Amino acid sequence: MTSATPGSSHVKEQMVGWAFKLCGLLSLFVTVGIAVVLFAEAAHFFGEVSVVEFLFGTEWTPLFTEKHFGILPLVLGTLLVSAIAMIVAIPLGILIAVYLSEYASARVRRSLKPILEILASIPTIVFGYFALLSVTPFLQKIIPGLSGFNALSPGIVMGIMILPFVVSLTDDAMTAVPHSLRMAAYGLGSTRLQVAFRVVLPSASSGVIAACVLAVSRAVGETMLVAIAAGMRPTFTLNPLVPVQTITAYIVQVSLGDTPAGTLEYRSIFAVASVLFVLTFILNMLAQKLRASFKFTYA
Amino acid sequence: MSNAFEIKNLNIYYNGLHAVKNVSIDIPHTLITAIIGASGCGKSSFLRAMNRMNDLIPNSRRTGEILFHGVDIHQPMMSEVTLRRRIGMVFQKPNPFPFSIFDNVAYGLRIQGMRDKATLDQRVEESLRRAALWPEVKDRLKQSAFALSGGQQQRLCIARTLAVDPEVLLLDEPCASLDPTGTARIEELLQKLEKEITIIIVTHNMQQAKRLSDTVGFFHLGELVEFGRTEEMFEHPRIQLTRDYIMGHFG
Repeated sequence: MTSATPGSSHVKEQMVGWAFKLCGLLSLFVTVGIAVVLFAEAAHFFGEVSVVEFLFGTEWTPLFTEKHFGILPLVLGTLLVSAIAMIVAIPLGILIAVYLSEYASARVRRSLKPILEILASIPTIVFGYFALLSVTPFLQKIIPGLSGFNALSPGIVMGIMILPFVVSLTDDAMTAVPHSLRMAAYGLGSTRLQVAFRVVLPSASSGVIAACVLAVSRAVGETMLVAIAAGMRPTFTLNPLVPVQTITAYIVQVSLGDTPAGTLEYRSIFAVASVLFVLTFILNMLAQKLRASFKFTYA
Repeated sequence: MSNAFEIKNLNIYYNGLHAVKNVSIDIPHTLITAIIGASGCGKSSFLRAMNRMNDLIPNSRRTGEILFHGVDIHQPMMSEVTLRRRIGMVFQKPNPFPFSIFDNVAYGLRIQGMRDKATLDQRVEESLRRAALWPEVKDRLKQSAFALSGGQQQRLCIARTLAVDPEVLLLDEPCASLDPTGTARIEELLQKLEKEITIIIVTHNMQQAKRLSDTVGFFHLGELVEFGRTEEMFEHPRIQLTRDYIMGHFG
């Protein structure tokens, strides 16, 4: 068979180009579509509930006969679990990343990194059961007052869950620090520990902070784990020992329940989802900015 | 004239590569010694051996002895960390830390545990003055070191090294990435420092070696071909290979 004429191959090229562009646009449309639905439904909700009550109210009882729509208990629950997760994930993640990038031999590195990736591939529902059925009973032996559902246990498990994420991004940032800076530090009589913590880590700081911010963003959006192990009781508290409800867990509760579409309770999930969306959006933007400035430093 | 270094039968290997071959040399105290030779002749490896920076290169191996003021630098009692504080190093490409100008110079002092603000201030100023950078940066010590020009960055790296008060300054082609003005300023600075500390500079710029150094060593394919007083070697090289290199026949 002879090859196609130049004219037809040109048309083909153009069509392929269009097809790719369409795929790209599709993902954009979906994102915009979701945002539009989210905010439109939320707007209906705010037709009936005042924004001020929603944002500053400290009682969240949309499923009771006496309804209150103050989102703060959910926000506090979300922040509490995320904060516990970060207390676990950030120091541990940074230490592991320092070990991987500054201490581990190439061989250890090659075998350790895939193990961490495996940790990242465990379904979150498994982590949820692990928190509820293993970690909580264990913690109850140490902390007598701990209730069966609480923020502490899922917080700790979530910290372990996002650990690979923190390690991987921090390690990337640290290995991107030019070798010449390590040489300069050694040349000035630094020990290996000083090179790691006083030169490489500070030099990678914007990348490391970006890693942490992205990790927070994931923690805030995590659903299954908290829905299973944190309880379903929106409590305006920072006490990690009692049941709380996060924004995501509330959405699960309403979505799975028999709340009829179009009711105020139904619409409330769009309002809280909008808050979640804005929160993670801001966090992701912040992380991107930090990463850009990190890349700029060593361009 | 006393010797800063006495090096006996030094060999350096990287995996299979024999980079420095049986080099023996005495390097005089408080003078400038230049090491010249074509790229890949082992001169940088030789330089890095003197403050044990080669130890950081995986699969590098050494035989032979290096005495620093009569003391074997590889003896168990000698830590490479202490050694590197006494023998400072400046690299080919300026490599300031992404910190402020002040923090760059203060780094070496801080890792030794110096906290006192007044002493730090004084030592930083003194080091920047010695590196002839003070007038240009005294009003912007808090600015990032990356805001400086290449030549200024290299002088900052020299100041950072001088801050810990080393007895020896090793420079590995410090002007390779600088323009003629930047180069001239560094050379001027080294000539001033020569009176206080021992300087060993690797360069493949023959004119620079001729202008700066008191003694010069010529390396070829890992061997030390000739070593002697600079004027003598440039005017009456004893060995044909040296003559060819100096005349620019190769390299």
